[in-house]
Amino acid sequence: MGKIAIKVTVNGKKYDLEIDPRLRLIDLLRDELRLTGTKEGCGEGECGACTVLLNGAPVNSCLVMAFQADGKKVLTIEGLGSEEKMHPIQEEFLKQGAVQCGYCTPGMVLSAYSLLKKNPQPAREEIKKYLAGNLCRCTGYDKIIKAVESASQKGVSRDD
Amino acid sequence: MTVNVVGKRVKRVDAVAKVTGKAKYTDDFMERDMLVGKILRSPYAHAIVKKIDVSKAKALPGVEAVLTYKDVPDNKYATAGHPYSLDPKHRDREDRTILTKKARFVGDEIAAVVATDDLTAEKALKLIDVEYEVLEPVLTPEDALKENAPLIHEEYDNNIISDFGYQIGDVEESFKESDYIFEDEFETSIVQHCHLENHISYAYVDADDRIVIVSSTQIPHICRRIVGQALGIPWGRIRVIKPYIGGGFGNKQDVCLEPLNAALTLAVGGRPVKIDLSREECMIATRTRHAFKYKFKTGVSKDGKLIATHITAISNNGAYASHGHSIAMSAGTKFRPLYSFKSIKFDPVTVYTNLPAAGAMRAYGVPQIKFALESHMENIARKLNMDPIEFRRRNLLGEGYVDPLNGNKVLSCGIHECIAKGKELINWDEKKEKYKNQTGIKRRGLGMACFSYASGTHPVGLELAGARIVLNQDGSVQLQIGATEIGQGSDTVFAQMVAEVLGIPVDMVHVVSTQDTDISPFDTGAYASRQTYVTGMAVKKAALEIKEKILNFVWGMTDIPAEALDIEDANIVYKHSGEVVMPLSKVAMQTYYDTVFAKPITSDTSNNARVNAMSFGVTFAEVEVDIKTGKIEVVEIFNVHDSGKIINPQLAEGQVHGGVSMGIGYALSEEMLFDEKTGKPLNNNLLDYKLPTIMDTPDIGVAFVETHDPTGPFGNKSLGEPPAISPAPAIRNAVLDATGVAFDRIPMTPQRVFEKFKEAKLV
Repeated sequence: MGKIAIKVTVNGKKYDLEIDPRLRLIDLLRDELRLTGTKEGCGEGECGACTVLLNGAPVNSCLVMAFQADGKKVLTIEGLGSEEKMHPIQEEFLKQGAVQCGYCTPGMVLSAYSLLKKNPQPAREEIKKYLAGNLCRCTGYDKIIKAVESASQKGVSRDD
Repeated sequence: MTVNVVGKRVKRVDAVAKVTGKAKYTDDFMERDMLVGKILRSPYAHAIVKKIDVSKAKALPGVEAVLTYKDVPDNKYATAGHPYSLDPKHRDREDRTILTKKARFVGDEIAAVVATDDLTAEKALKLIDVEYEVLEPVLTPEDALKENAPLIHEEYDNNIISDFGYQIGDVEESFKESDYIFEDEFETSIVQHCHLENHISYAYVDADDRIVIVSSTQIPHICRRIVGQALGIPWGRIRVIKPYIGGGFGNKQDVCLEPLNAALTLAVGGRPVKIDLSREECMIATRTRHAFKYKFKTGVSKDGKLIATHITAISNNGAYASHGHSIAMSAGTKFRPLYSFKSIKFDPVTVYTNLPAAGAMRAYGVPQIKFALESHMENIARKLNMDPIEFRRRNLLGEGYVDPLNGNKVLSCGIHECIAKGKELINWDEKKEKYKNQTGIKRRGLGMACFSYASGTHPVGLELAGARIVLNQDGSVQLQIGATEIGQGSDTVFAQMVAEVLGIPVDMVHVVSTQDTDISPFDTGAYASRQTYVTGMAVKKAALEIKEKILNFVWGMTDIPAEALDIEDANIVYKHSGEVVMPLSKVAMQTYYDTVFAKPITSDTSNNARVNAMSFGVTFAEVEVDIKTGKIEVVEIFNVHDSGKIINPQLAEGQVHGGVSMGIGYALSEEMLFDEKTGKPLNNNLLDYKLPTIMDTPDIGVAFVETHDPTGPFGNKSLGEPPAISPAPAIRNAVLDATGVAFDRIPMTPQRVFEKFKEAKLV
């Protein structure tokens, strides 16, 4: 199948790529760009593990075709913070014990980040509503909510 | 030991890697030119392959190999993650081959292809022509038990995997002594683990002609053995590597993909092949939780003392034995240390059906029996007109109990304190009073349920664990264990244990999280809530040994006797005064580079734990029931656990939160559905299978009653599985309290609740 050319910015880095038009965004990120922090749990938009931000909005990267990211900005977990300088949401996930197996964590952190960008002081119910598309089987969500609340209290803002 | 890190809220050792996306799971490794393996699954629940033609699939460009049952070894093997037994009678039933000629459930594995990419592999599957002789499917245990029922495995005389049970005392005699006899029946549904990472593995043959399998497994060492058995090759020729894993809950305590994966790489000359199950495949073709039907007949005295119980159980095991009857026997064993019965008769039968195979899942048969028993207890208390808490209290066994069948002793028991704490947390007395005589559409109620559980499998299973510690040049250590971190936090608690014993900060303990059967010490793996208890013993032993070696080395360096020395905060100190003799790092350098006395310090130990500590706990729940819609909302829920000493309260709370959430799903929403005629799965995805979302999960209250069990390495007992046990019966009992309607089946979905309310003329 013929390839198509796209321009995409991932974690602030610009890429000019020739891609298979059948490629999903998650495959572009994981297989082509080797950004394996984005996880796949169902491949059909049910679990939210593959959440990334596309022009600032959370999407299931398994439901977006790679070419749809043409001309857009993508933020993955690798772009949010590093081991040396973690984003406050990541720090709070760490501190509050919101991480267990870790498989839902990147998607959960990015959804939380998107929420706090929109609504820096969300009520508990607002946090729950916003994260309802991200499943977690390990934590019962309790410490995840605490982590988002606590990050919110610290004040989160960052431009992408 | 002044560091005192055991008992502290130490941050997870793997959290930074996980929260930054750096942690590598099986799918995150990139072998060059990795091929894709896909499986052709039977569309029929019960059928025989009459003809199979793979020529068109083989001819498709990009297809490297196509295998059917004819192309794999005809070795029968068992997949359950149990330690091997030298006694053939003690082994799991060997009833499957890598691919099968006979389909035993919708999704059974008939053939497999290896291709260069996903799409080609998918296309190739469609090009395989199969002619099936469709057989009558056997979809319920009752049908499976009928005389002349079609045989699911022809090599056996019937569809019974086992019906081994036990009797303590004489129940018939005890019934005669009883003032009342109560009978109840209960039923649980098939549910699934739904770990976020599906089953996945990849395999290749390395330069030394050894088969390397990287897999999301809870049991790497057991996996190695089972692959060897399935392929009929020496076990030492197989190397299993377990990287980070995205949850397991028992489903990865079964060897599902690895034997086929090994066969696939062998079929393509050792090139790397990956099998990555879809969610739909994972939900039917790995394992599920056994659905049980329970009948209880219980004799009670006038003053509310339990005298005897006769329990009859039918366990629906699905198409293959997997853990089989062990699940029923675990259920029949682990409830015993809780209540006093003069006589117990346990009559279980585990049967094959043409449904997906059931296996291990968090708490291993106990959520089923405890749903039944704690619901039964509640019913009895009501009939006796007794307070349900008082009824339970009167019958608790407590410390000193010795199990008459397995010899396990209860050496610590905080169940009374757990009950008192839970009662207080939920404000039981006040709310009970307040919710009397409700008549509205929305009614509230309170319920509770108790449990007992074990720590590991002794004496049924071997409880072997290994640990190795190496002192590095800078005074830090690395710890290797064969036990697996699967999200529960075991690596972190092991790091705390080493830090505690050695007198160094936790961040000076590097836990090698990856298990590699070529390198890691032998350990059977993550199951039975065993690791903090059983592997903890090995870790403590290794840490004590390395400490002794260090202090002896210092003795040689300084002439200060080892007995007079200790290690505190990474310094060698005088035991009596705490005065620093020298930094640990200085000793470490000497051990590596002293031209005369250099001898790097390591310890490599194994521990065979021939003990088993009983843990206890209770759930208290408050529900609000909407009589018109049948919707049940959990308003408050508290789990109080006696898990002995809590090594890391933050991780412990996390285990309880997750387990309770799983228990709430079990009570209210989760159920795998199958077409009643064909056995086709109807909801094997995360949209139609109702896993609790964040919106469905209430705040979960957690408390611990910390006892000290003398057998635990730090006084600790099991914690991983127990939180999932008692939420369902507590919620069911709360619904009974709110509405007067006694449910005998879970999940209590709005549909089922509504119908039952109609029956009870509430609507």
